[in-house]
Amino acid sequence: MSTVNNQTTYNYKVVRQFAIMTVVWGIVGMAVGVLIASQLVWPELNFNTPWLSFGRIRPLHTNAVIFAFGGSALFATSLYVVQRTCQTRLLSDSLASFVFWGWQLVIVLAAITLPMGFTSSKEYAELEWPIDILITIVWVGYAILFFGTIMKRKTPHIYVANWFFGAFIITIAVLHIVNNLEIPVTLWKSYSIYPGTIDAMVQWWYGHNAVGFFLTAGFLGIMYYFVPKQAERPVYSYRLSIVHFWALITLYVWAGSHHLHYSTLPDWAQSAGMVMSLILLAPSWGGMINGMMTLSGAWHKLRTDPILRFLVVSLSFYGMSTFEGPMMAIKTVNALSHNTDWTVGHVHSGALGWVAMVSIGAIYHLIPKLYGIKEMYSTALINVHFWLATIGTVLYIVAMWVNGIMQGLMWRAINEDGTLTYSFVESLEASHMGYLVRAIGGAIFLTGMFIMAYNLWMTVRLKEAQALDNVPQTA
Amino acid sequence: MSSFWSAWIIVISLGSIFGCWWLLYATRKSQTTDSETEETMGHSFDGIEELDNPLPKWWFYMFLATIIFGLAYYALYPGLGNFKGFLGWTQVNQWENEVAKANEKYDPIFKAFAEKSVEDLSTDPAALKVGQRLFANNCSVCHGSTARGAVGFPNLTDNDWLYGGSADQIKASIMEGRMASMPAKGLNPAMSKSDITDLSNYLLSFSDRAENKPSAERGATMFQTACSACHGADAKGMQALGAPNLTDNAWLYGGTPSMIQQTIEFGRAGVMPAHKDLLGEEKVHVLAAYIYSLSKGQ
Repeated sequence: MSTVNNQTTYNYKVVRQFAIMTVVWGIVGMAVGVLIASQLVWPELNFNTPWLSFGRIRPLHTNAVIFAFGGSALFATSLYVVQRTCQTRLLSDSLASFVFWGWQLVIVLAAITLPMGFTSSKEYAELEWPIDILITIVWVGYAILFFGTIMKRKTPHIYVANWFFGAFIITIAVLHIVNNLEIPVTLWKSYSIYPGTIDAMVQWWYGHNAVGFFLTAGFLGIMYYFVPKQAERPVYSYRLSIVHFWALITLYVWAGSHHLHYSTLPDWAQSAGMVMSLILLAPSWGGMINGMMTLSGAWHKLRTDPILRFLVVSLSFYGMSTFEGPMMAIKTVNALSHNTDWTVGHVHSGALGWVAMVSIGAIYHLIPKLYGIKEMYSTALINVHFWLATIGTVLYIVAMWVNGIMQGLMWRAINEDGTLTYSFVESLEASHMGYLVRAIGGAIFLTGMFIMAYNLWMTVRLKEAQALDNVPQTA
Repeated sequence: MSSFWSAWIIVISLGSIFGCWWLLYATRKSQTTDSETEETMGHSFDGIEELDNPLPKWWFYMFLATIIFGLAYYALYPGLGNFKGFLGWTQVNQWENEVAKANEKYDPIFKAFAEKSVEDLSTDPAALKVGQRLFANNCSVCHGSTARGAVGFPNLTDNDWLYGGSADQIKASIMEGRMASMPAKGLNPAMSKSDITDLSNYLLSFSDRAENKPSAERGATMFQTACSACHGADAKGMQALGAPNLTDNAWLYGGTPSMIQQTIEFGRAGVMPAHKDLLGEEKVHVLAAYIYSLSKGQ
């Protein structure tokens, strides 16, 4: 391809690499999830080894699905979308390559150190300080790559998907650095520089915005490109996207303290977390409305296009969990839901229903484009995957709702003499069936991912499929 | 907090909320149409166009309603810096009110029980029912839901008492807690590995498990200098110190030769937390009766 001028083509290589790794890490992360879910049903499945114990591989699951699976999906889509909507090639091919291999190194290091028990003990930020530094370097490379490409765009405006990707990239950089300020004592052990309650507040400011910016803003960026593309309809309302974008990023950064209701956190900070979380409902739904209504005039396509089904159902789950979230942030509701499986269910209606489904839809859209063919090897298998993903998610969420509300009610039940009606272990025993249903739901979702991998493999092997590294801009 | 930080919090909280309010109104005001349209904004990105549709009305009013709710909440509850809110609510006074209400309701029950002795309560089915619930809530984590204990946590049903099994002694153990201390190597810091083996053989000989008779005899001599001060010359223990009886084949920290040797070599430190401030004397009284009942008749 030496005759092709770099300035007139798109870099599809890095997009393809990340797209494929999205599926690979999705399978790995979700398989670990099914394993730990099964350990809660059959504790023998830790095989009496510390490496496979719940406490060590639960962070492996969360890191793998959020940062390896979700992260790869975000890298793939953002680097594709920014080129297509700015009509320009990525700033630098070698920087793109560095971001890909750097991020894979981070994931492999996480997969080694977490089972070994190296952890800074901060949820979703468990990785120890040398890996934190590596993440920072790769992330800065990603930011330069993304914003550098925006800077040399050939369009007069910046498309809305890129606002969301941009907000996600900047905010995650700030969150990661501030929450991981720590004093190293050895190569694999460090302590947070913040004391007590302040540490908890910084952690949940980080933790909730990992949800708000990594898992929401970033994936709204995906939604804003792939939904109108797949539906072949204009975005419903430009005005709505302006209001909900600015309101979303303004309010989300406040919401973290709702994780610390009725704690040593001062009352005023708890109130701020609750109030801002509630006002966040409308800006969150703005994204759902804009995605759903983009289909007006194209609803009939849902009958025949399972990719569009993935995208639309993901928006439904997004709408549902962003309604549930503000409700759970209300102190009175939180007093019942906190520390129960309800929280786990809420996270997964977002993680499986929204994040995974919108990513899967986007990857199915993307793969044929990256290989220069019209469609995936089998549309029927995409449809099977869609139903497995939907059924798996629903089983998961319902099991956790039942468990969570039951646990909350059992923990607060009181006898006529003022003693607690149930001991903790009784609520655990009562949760057994829910854990079984949850593990089955997760396994069904995972099965869908294997079908996706098969479909992807067969697509890549089609005679006319050809990995496109450089694609003319007009394409 | 200082008035600077208080003002800072007020400004950025209200700034965020009114900023959203302003954005909402400004966008609505600039709308070109009030109903759905097929007009686009005139730009296209990779073929994607954007319609000039107005903000959905129901969504606009929902946004407004949550903002008004938020402002009302900030007026009533603490949230804006040092402003305490018109309701005077704090999480501490909410808790204090709930505790006061509970005490008012439940205190009479325990007051009535407190008028009887622990021994009398230990045959009173109503008291035992309450006692068992208190045990499940507060004690079962360490002593097990059937009170049979675990390694390091005594069995409360076997009538083998470290600190005495009278009603008063049981109640005192719960009220004040207990701190047991078995020093490493007893009173003989110079104790060698083979001395420790001898000692464990001696202790095992009480249950006819000594592997080596001469070794057990050497252990008996060592016992008198290093151990008897607390465990007694006959190794039957001393309840005043909480030193266990070593002759009865009940082992708090495990009775295998290796566990016994570990206990001698490294010592043990058992802690029973004091519950008088956690539960109050009246509840401890009922709890003591329940525990007293567990080993009676054995």
